[in-house]
Amino acid sequence: MAERLLEVNDLKVRFATEDGTVSAVDGISMELERGKVIGIVGESGSGKSVTAMTMMGLTRGVNARFEGEVLYKGTDLLKVSDRGMQNYRGNELGMIFQDPMTSLNPVYRIGEQIVEAIQAHENVDKRTARSRTVELLRQVGIPNPEVRVDDYPHQFSGGMRQRAMIAMALSCNPSILIADEPTTALDVTIQAQIVELINRLKDDFNSAVIFITHDLGVIAEIADEIIVMYAGRVVERGSKRDLFYDPQMPYTWGLLGSIPRLDRPRVERLHTIEGSPPSLINLPEGCKFRPRCPHAFEKCKQEPPLENRVGTPGHLDRCWLDVEYKRAHRDETISPGSEAAA
Amino acid sequence: MVAFLIRRTFGMITVLIAVSFITYVIFFRIPDGNPAERIAGRTATQANIKAIEVKLGLNHHGFTGLIQQWWDMMHQLLTGQLVSYYDGTNVVQQIKEGMPETFSLCIGAAIIWLGFGVLVGIISAVKAGRFSDKAITALALVGISLPVAWLGLLLRYFFGGEGHFSWFPDGGYVPLTTNPWQWFYHLLLPWFTLAILFVGFYSRVLRSNILDTINEDFVRTAKAKGLSARRILVKHTLRASLIPIVTLFGLDFAAVLGGGAIITETVYQIHGVGLYAEQSITTQDLPPLMGVTLYGAAFIVVFSTLVDVAYAYLDPRIRLT
Repeated sequence: MAERLLEVNDLKVRFATEDGTVSAVDGISMELERGKVIGIVGESGSGKSVTAMTMMGLTRGVNARFEGEVLYKGTDLLKVSDRGMQNYRGNELGMIFQDPMTSLNPVYRIGEQIVEAIQAHENVDKRTARSRTVELLRQVGIPNPEVRVDDYPHQFSGGMRQRAMIAMALSCNPSILIADEPTTALDVTIQAQIVELINRLKDDFNSAVIFITHDLGVIAEIADEIIVMYAGRVVERGSKRDLFYDPQMPYTWGLLGSIPRLDRPRVERLHTIEGSPPSLINLPEGCKFRPRCPHAFEKCKQEPPLENRVGTPGHLDRCWLDVEYKRAHRDETISPGSEAAA
Repeated sequence: MVAFLIRRTFGMITVLIAVSFITYVIFFRIPDGNPAERIAGRTATQANIKAIEVKLGLNHHGFTGLIQQWWDMMHQLLTGQLVSYYDGTNVVQQIKEGMPETFSLCIGAAIIWLGFGVLVGIISAVKAGRFSDKAITALALVGISLPVAWLGLLLRYFFGGEGHFSWFPDGGYVPLTTNPWQWFYHLLLPWFTLAILFVGFYSRVLRSNILDTINEDFVRTAKAKGLSARRILVKHTLRASLIPIVTLFGLDFAAVLGGGAIITETVYQIHGVGLYAEQSITTQDLPPLMGVTLYGAAFIVVFSTLVDVAYAYLDPRIRLT
């Protein structure tokens, strides 16, 4: 069995705001082994970015409260001091952010910013760090890296900046790469290249990846295990196969139904999930998806626990509906008009 | 860069010509604006006034006459021959003599206000929301609100000369070359008087810039790289936050160097360009006023060009065109 790098146990993150306490993440658990990719999917505000940033210790502040554990190789990162976290950030856990346009400092050269990351963790001279930077830029597919290393971020395109961010995140050989919506701000052809790049580098650098996105289509290409989040909670969790072929949560169906597909008959309009996510200050009673769920019934006024209902090991969901009922009705949402094919 | 400087030089000359002409026109348009009438006094005859007009070269009439007179004055100024209407002193000479005192006052004050402004701004931003931040905010508002004339007089009254705590000399100026210590000692109160307003203002601006920059994505990236808090603050946050301060400083510094420290110079009897300006305003003496105005305007236009050059250096996205 591969080395267990990360174990998150019932992580809860709350923020005190002027309007009340925001329960941004309410009990997420996961295990990550070397070489594996976990995908976290959900709408904006579902808590996926907060989860990732909490692992890096980037959500700390006077108004933030944490519960649970984030065990990295056995150390609870939530208990490590902010100064102590400096040894983990960049070195053990590398992170890529959503918007490459603003995530690089506009006033420093690309190379300088990567050299800075290397020198923060390793006692090497500038020349060594620089030649490693050029090598990294080559690995992430920047053409002519010896020259481009001295460019400023504004001289790079969006895709190239994201490649530079990836080079920076990988510069100290982190065991875990956290990619927080790395493709969202990029156009579709570049998206595919970036996903492919992360997938390849994960093997080259022998790391594990936490890949956060709202796009199930992107995650299908890369993830081994998928966690679906809604309103700060995990609503479904399982292997990629389980999630795509036997989804249990009506919310997951909605996400699947909103992916345009070429292998199904063309539908008039893609599925949309009616309504909007609930306010994290005033959560609805019972199942949090109930107000938007077309299948909701009486029992949904109590919140279902996250448990295994299907029988496939490791496939957990939070839905009271009968498994057979779900199997019979989910295609109305996932691929309307093609029930006969299912 | 060269093309930029050439173009800006032409722009600066145009601005200075416009400033001098507008100053000239305004002077003759204000009530009681004819210097000859004022010099001649209340009991003067028309012949007296005419004679003085001829003597001052103000006997040209109509629009072309106005331009002629303005041109004559510019010519005299540029060749260093312009003299006061009242006491015949050479304007360029007077400004030159005032410059060491003005420069001593302004450079010292600028070092204090920039140093303290940045320091206080950083402390205030780092401690944002805590007691020290609130105390600094209150003090800064007091500093911004104090009228310089009032503050200067109070400081001079209490700490200068025969005051209750006469730790400092009662105004005046000693040249740096004569006695460096006395130079410093005499200027300490004026420096602080001039600097306090700017310290309050700059620290407020810097504080809010830092707090804005802290939320930038690239600062989060710096943190995610594992950099220390100090390095993030100094290398990533402060660099971006200081850019607007450069503009402020360039223009404020140019304004005080250009004779803008009128009140401080007057209160402490520092015979700089500001005091010269104050005297020529009181006597409505056009040649010194023109000289001081152009001298001040020249500083403003030169420093605003320097600010643009500094911008391009601080932010590589900016091109000088």
